[in-house]
Amino acid sequence: MHNVIELTDIVKTYQRGEITIPVLHGITLSIEAGSMTAIMGASGSGKSTLLNILGCLDRPSAGTYRLDGLDVTHCSRDERAEIRNSKLGFCFQHFHLLPRMSALDNVTMPLDYGDSGLSPQQAQDRGAELLAQVGLAERMDHEPAQLSGGQQQRVAIARALVNRPAILFADEPTGALDSRTSAEILELFRQLHTDVGVTVVLVTHDQNVAAHAKRIIHIQDGLIAA
Amino acid sequence: MRFYRRNIKRLISAAAALRRNVMRSMLTMLGIVIGIMAVVSIMEIGNGASRTLGKSIQSMGANMIMVMPGAAAAAGIQQGSGSAPTLTPADVEAILLDCPAVAAAAPVVMARTQVVYGSTNWVPANMFGTTPAYLQIRDWKNLDEGECFTEQDVRNSNKVCIVGKTLVTELFADCSPIGETIRIQNVPFRVIGVLSRKGANVMGMDQDDILLTPWTTLKYRVSGSALGQVNQSASAGSPDGVNSFGDPYPRSHLEFYPTLTTTQMINTPRQTRMTTVDQICASSVSTEKMQMAVDQINATLNRTHHVRPGEAGDFSLRNMTELSEMFGSTTALMKSLLLMIAGISLLVGGVGVMNIMLVSVTERTREIGLRMAVGARGRDIMIQFLVEAVMLCLIGAMIGIALARGVSMVVTLLLNWPIAASLPAMIAAVSVSILIGVGFGFYPAWRASQLDPIDALRYE
Ligand SMILES: Nc1ncnc2c1ncn2[C@@H]1O[C@H](COP(=O)(O)OP(=O)(O)O)[C@@H](O)[C@H]1O
Ligand SMILES: [Mg+2]
Repeated sequence: MHNVIELTDIVKTYQRGEITIPVLHGITLSIEAGSMTAIMGASGSGKSTLLNILGCLDRPSAGTYRLDGLDVTHCSRDERAEIRNSKLGFCFQHFHLLPRMSALDNVTMPLDYGDSGLSPQQAQDRGAELLAQVGLAERMDHEPAQLSGGQQQRVAIARALVNRPAILFADEPTGALDSRTSAEILELFRQLHTDVGVTVVLVTHDQNVAAHAKRIIHIQDGLIAA
Repeated sequence: MRFYRRNIKRLISAAAALRRNVMRSMLTMLGIVIGIMAVVSIMEIGNGASRTLGKSIQSMGANMIMVMPGAAAAAGIQQGSGSAPTLTPADVEAILLDCPAVAAAAPVVMARTQVVYGSTNWVPANMFGTTPAYLQIRDWKNLDEGECFTEQDVRNSNKVCIVGKTLVTELFADCSPIGETIRIQNVPFRVIGVLSRKGANVMGMDQDDILLTPWTTLKYRVSGSALGQVNQSASAGSPDGVNSFGDPYPRSHLEFYPTLTTTQMINTPRQTRMTTVDQICASSVSTEKMQMAVDQINATLNRTHHVRPGEAGDFSLRNMTELSEMFGSTTALMKSLLLMIAGISLLVGGVGVMNIMLVSVTERTREIGLRMAVGARGRDIMIQFLVEAVMLCLIGAMIGIALARGVSMVVTLLLNWPIAASLPAMIAAVSVSILIGVGFGFYPAWRASQLDPIDALRYE
C-alpha cells in the first residue's frame, strides 16, 4: 500500500500581534491508503491544528505536505478548495449542519461546488443512498433541529462522503455525544472503513475508540510522542 | 447545460435564504420598493402631465404661426411691436402662393368693442375679422351650430358673424343665437354659427370669449378706418369712432384737394398704401415642417417687403413651438428634480440592502466557513451573496413597479390625466435595481468571500 499522506517537518506557528504561538514543532508522518488512524493527545496539544493542515483547511508555516503525491503546501486557496471538495471529507465535533435545510439538502450541498457531473436527480439519489447507509433513510426531510446529536453527526458523515472522497477526517466526532451514541458513530466509521475502503483519520480522547484504529498517533506539545 | 443547472441551483438557494428570514427581507426591500415606486410613478405622471400640456397647446393651434407687423419708429422713438402697419392681405396671398410648407393662412383684424343684443351687452375678449381659413388654422372647424362665413362673405363684407360659447351664455342666456341680430358699434350682424367649446388656453385665458367676422366687414364697416390705424382697438373702442353704417366703402371721405386729372395723376405718382391687417395667422402642414414653414414665410415676406439682406424685417414671426418648448422645459425641470429626489430615496434603499447583507454575512459566518470547508471557493460564496442582494432588489423593483402602476391609476382617476405605463421607465427601474443589488451587495459579498474557513467555522 502506498502512502496517501506524507508530512515532513511540519511546523505551525500562530501569530497574534507581537506574540508568536508555536503549536506544531516539526511533525513527520505518513499515512497509508485505506488505513484507519487515530490521533490522540491532551487538549491543546495541537491535534486540531494538525488535522486542519491534513484536511487542506490550513497551511503549515514550514515543512511539506504531499497528498496523493501532490505537494499541496503551495496550492492556492481555490486549488485547496477543489482538493477539499473532490478528495477529502471532513466531520466536525459540532456537526456544522446548515439550519433550516433538510438532511438530504445538507448531504448534497457539497455537490454544488464541484464538477461531479451529476444531474439533480442523480445527486438526490446519491444523497438518499448515503443517508440510508448511515441509517437515516426515514429522516431525509428532517431539518437538523429535528434530529438528535447522533443523527446530526450521521448526516454530517453522509455529507463528508457525498463526493466519494479518498480520505475522511473527523475531529473529535463524538466529543459532543453521550457514550452510547459515540459507540454507534465509531462503529459507523469502522464499517465505512472496512466496507467502503475509505482512509479514515480521526481525532479522539477515547481509548476505546482508539482501539478500533489500526494505528494510534500520540501528540504531545506539538510533537509526535513515541 | 451544467452551467445553466448550476445557476438555477444558485437562484433556488438564494430564494431559500431570503425566505428563511421573510420579515427581514421584506423590510430590506421596502427601501427599494419605495424608491422604484417613486421613480416609476414620477416618470409616468410626468409624461402624463407633458401630454396634457401638449394637448392644451394643441388646442391653441399646434401648428400655428403668427406674423406680427414690426415696430414703428420715428426719430428714435420706438412704438413697440405691432405698431407699424406693414402687413397686407397681399402678403397672405404671397404666403399661400410661395410657401409649400404652409397649409393655410388668414389675415386677422382685431377690435375690442361692445356687442349689443337686445338689452344685454358684452365686450368679447377676442373680436377678430378674418377668413374661413382661420378656423382651419386654429383646428376649430367643427362648429356646434350653424356654419362659418364664406370667402364670398369676405369679398362682399357681409355683416355676418360666428360666436364662441361664452358669448352665447353672456348675450343669449344659452339659447341658440343662430339667425339673431347683434350690434357692433351700431352695425347689425347676423349670427350664423356657434363655435365649439375649447376651454381655457395654457395661459388660462378663455378661448371661447370670441367673435369672428369677415375681416373686410370688421375693417371697413365697424372700425371704419382703412388707413392709418394699425390696431383697430384704438378707433373701434373710442366713442367718436366713425360709424360706417350705410357707408360700405372705404375712402369715401371728403377730399380736401381738388381731384387730379388723369394727366396730373400720371405726372405726379403718389405712393399708394395698401390696406393693412393687424396680424397674419398661418399654419404649417405638419408639426415637423414647422421650421420649414417659418423659414419660407420669412423669405416670402422679406421679398414682398423689400427687406435687404442683413437688414431686420418689418415683421416678426411667432409660433407655438416656442411656447410648447417653454412649458416643456418647465415640466422637464420639475420632472428631473423629482426624479433626483426619488433617486436619493433609491440610494438610501441601496444602503439599507448593504446594511442587511453585512448583517447577514456576519450571522452566517459559520455557514460560509462550512461551505468553504466542503469545497466552495471564495468566488462561489461571493456569487451566492451577490445573487441574494440582486434578487432582493429585483423583487423590490417588481413590487415597486406594481405599486407605481397603482399610483398612476389613482392619479388618472383623480386628475383625469392620460397616464400610460411607461416601458422605458420600467426597464430603467429593473436595471437600476440590478445595479443597486450588485453595487451595494458587492462589499458584503466580497467580505464573505475573504473569510478564512477555520476562523469562520470557529466563529461564535
Ligand atoms: N487561530 C489560533 N490562533 C492562536 N492560537 C491558536 C489558534 N488555533 C489554535 N491555537 C492554539 O494552538 C494550540 C493547539 O490547539 P488545537 O490544535 O485546537 O488543540 P487540540 O485540538 O489538540 O485541543 C492551542 O494552545 C491553541 O490555543
Ligand atoms: Mg481540538
